[in-house]
Amino acid sequence: MKITMAHGSGGSASAELMKNIFGRYFSNEILDRMEDAAVLDMRGKTACSTDSFVVTPIEFKGGDIGKLCICGTVNDLLMMGAEPEYITCGFILEEGLDVSVLERIVASMAAQAERAGVRIAAGDTKVVEGRGGMYINTTGLGRIPEGREISAGNCVPGDKVLLSGTLGDHHACILSARMEIENDIKSDCACLSDITAALFDSGIKVRAMRDVTRGGLGTILNELADTSGCGMRIEEESIPVSDEVRAFSGMLGLDPLYMGNEGKMAAVVAAEDAERALAVMKETGHGADAALIGEITKGKGVTLMTRLGAGRVLDVLTGEGLPRIC
Amino acid sequence: MDIGTIISYLQKYDGPEIKLMEVCGTHTSSIFRNGIRSLISPRIRLISGPGCPVCVTPTSYIDCISDYALKDGYEVLTFGDMMKVPGSAGCLSERKGEGAKVHIMYSPFEAVEKAQTYPQTTWVVAAVGFETTAPAYALMIKEAAEKNITNIKVVTALKTIIPALKWICENQPEIDGFICPGHVSVITGSEIYSELAEKYRKPFVVAGFEAEHILAVIYDIVKQLEKGEARADNLYQNAVRSGGNEKALDILSRCFETDAATWRGLGTIAGSGLYLTGRYAAYDGGSRGLGRDMELPEGCRCADVITGRIDPAECPMFASSCTPASPYGPCMVSAEGACGIWYRNR
Amino acid sequence: MCIAIPGKVISIEGNTARADFSGNIVSVNTGLIEPEVGQYVLVHAGCAIEVMDKEKAEEIIELFADLEELEGN
Repeated sequence: MKITMAHGSGGSASAELMKNIFGRYFSNEILDRMEDAAVLDMRGKTACSTDSFVVTPIEFKGGDIGKLCICGTVNDLLMMGAEPEYITCGFILEEGLDVSVLERIVASMAAQAERAGVRIAAGDTKVVEGRGGMYINTTGLGRIPEGREISAGNCVPGDKVLLSGTLGDHHACILSARMEIENDIKSDCACLSDITAALFDSGIKVRAMRDVTRGGLGTILNELADTSGCGMRIEEESIPVSDEVRAFSGMLGLDPLYMGNEGKMAAVVAAEDAERALAVMKETGHGADAALIGEITKGKGVTLMTRLGAGRVLDVLTGEGLPRIC
Repeated sequence: MDIGTIISYLQKYDGPEIKLMEVCGTHTSSIFRNGIRSLISPRIRLISGPGCPVCVTPTSYIDCISDYALKDGYEVLTFGDMMKVPGSAGCLSERKGEGAKVHIMYSPFEAVEKAQTYPQTTWVVAAVGFETTAPAYALMIKEAAEKNITNIKVVTALKTIIPALKWICENQPEIDGFICPGHVSVITGSEIYSELAEKYRKPFVVAGFEAEHILAVIYDIVKQLEKGEARADNLYQNAVRSGGNEKALDILSRCFETDAATWRGLGTIAGSGLYLTGRYAAYDGGSRGLGRDMELPEGCRCADVITGRIDPAECPMFASSCTPASPYGPCMVSAEGACGIWYRNR
Repeated sequence: MCIAIPGKVISIEGNTARADFSGNIVSVNTGLIEPEVGQYVLVHAGCAIEVMDKEKAEEIIELFADLEELEGN
């Protein structure tokens, strides 16, 4: 069965969809009330983040748009030191989408939400003309424990920069699917709560965190440096990239430093905690390939030290990072 | 001899100022990516030349491709490099928003698949490049001809490197030596530079793309200049043979003829362009005469940057009114364009 | 001015070969070379443009030897 405009009209077709798909997988005591808005008790500092997911293909090695939309928003909250609690989801479905595909995606979201410890508090569905595509917006809320203050502005010269794992996997996976290049590259789509929890539980002095999404590591390192009014020195050789992703990006003239991930993060920690932070990260499921990649310095901008000891500027991503020939 | 001794020597160089030109966009990129300039003496100046096929493509080419993309029954295939090059009414990326049917290809052979799968559409290939890429386009067109596929058109902006090098030697005698392109030379062979080395009495050395390759070539050229030598050397022997790739050269001679081509910044150079000929001319989508270029605004020094007369930073518009987000010329948007690379590394 | 990287030929069918780039398998056109299974070929825009004799590490070693030879002459 396919999604039609009727499914978005608010009538019986919509109700059917609610009952058979959304209601079934997302059931919890908040949603089941079916009121116009969820009433939540959020006291204290609360982090809030929203993101829209428009990836194609919607199912790929290592995940799907459902898993992605939960992880993406949960990770944004985690990067502020928050404990994610609630998430909303707005669906825009194109006519022609197979209902069985929608069901798979919704089931995947429910499973990921459970793994992440978040509850779906509100949702919406619209149907538009199109060719069977699907877009999801998620907004997340999470409380920040008393006394915790994580911000890009906290970094000071001497702090160390850690990266939780290999670069470019998600981007390479999606492009491989679109270009029909055969490989085993999987999206690294994942919630980073095991890493953040481990860092906080070990008493590591975390200054700032950022997940490495669109724009890649190059872009987020610049954000961290600029916001804190500092410089940064990164050792190129220390940055982990899998052989497969490196070759893939070599083939297309892409740079792993600017390729997106969906389950990797950079953390800036106090210098004296760096070695311990690295060890703690490596013991987590998602941080096995973690590396110490550099440090915060005086001055400005991000300087990359190359294999041969040359220093060059690492700027933000300009343009779209299109596959090129030259 | 190891990389340490080479770097040490180049760093300590204290002789007369040397100007070396690299004529390959991928070399420009590699030099920046590896921080080469910070490893050598400031008395050895590396200058980017007109070796970025995108940068030297005039506006009228983009306009021609855009027109096809907006026409009913036509769709365009192009490499990613061309998407942001400015045309008279915007770049291909912008025109997609107006309904231009433009697709990024990874290989020209995709045109054959598309033409067979969608026979009602004429597929127009934006065939830009130098000798490295020209044989691939030729093989694709040959395959199309063999399979009797008629719904493919190719608009070529294919150029050859030697005429450009000659132009530089004639018009910019202050360049002391040349880092020759790696992959163009795979096709053409390294022997082609001997004539230039002899005539203009300057070193021409073929380089690969690793930091070591580039540093070794700079070292070779500096040493040659110190001894007053002028050789054409090949330091990319794993991939480049002196006679080049014979099959590739053969197919180029069968599918293309040479004629004048317009290089943004250099002007029209006789015999520097490749155009489909003989039975393959039927696939041409109007490649000749696309020489008109846009009026560059007052103060824009795109032409001087492409020819290496100035560094991008010396153009008054650099990083102020000309940025990758709003470029006046292709140098600023092409991934291999000197201005774009300088901007990203400023 | 051209991105090209070496891949290992794993099979040949007529005018194309499947080449392995550290786990990425693509079809490449072999109209410009005479490939053999197991060889490394330099691939640009979906087209194999040359057979590479040596792997990169070995190539760099040879590079310094070539340079020394030129200097010696």
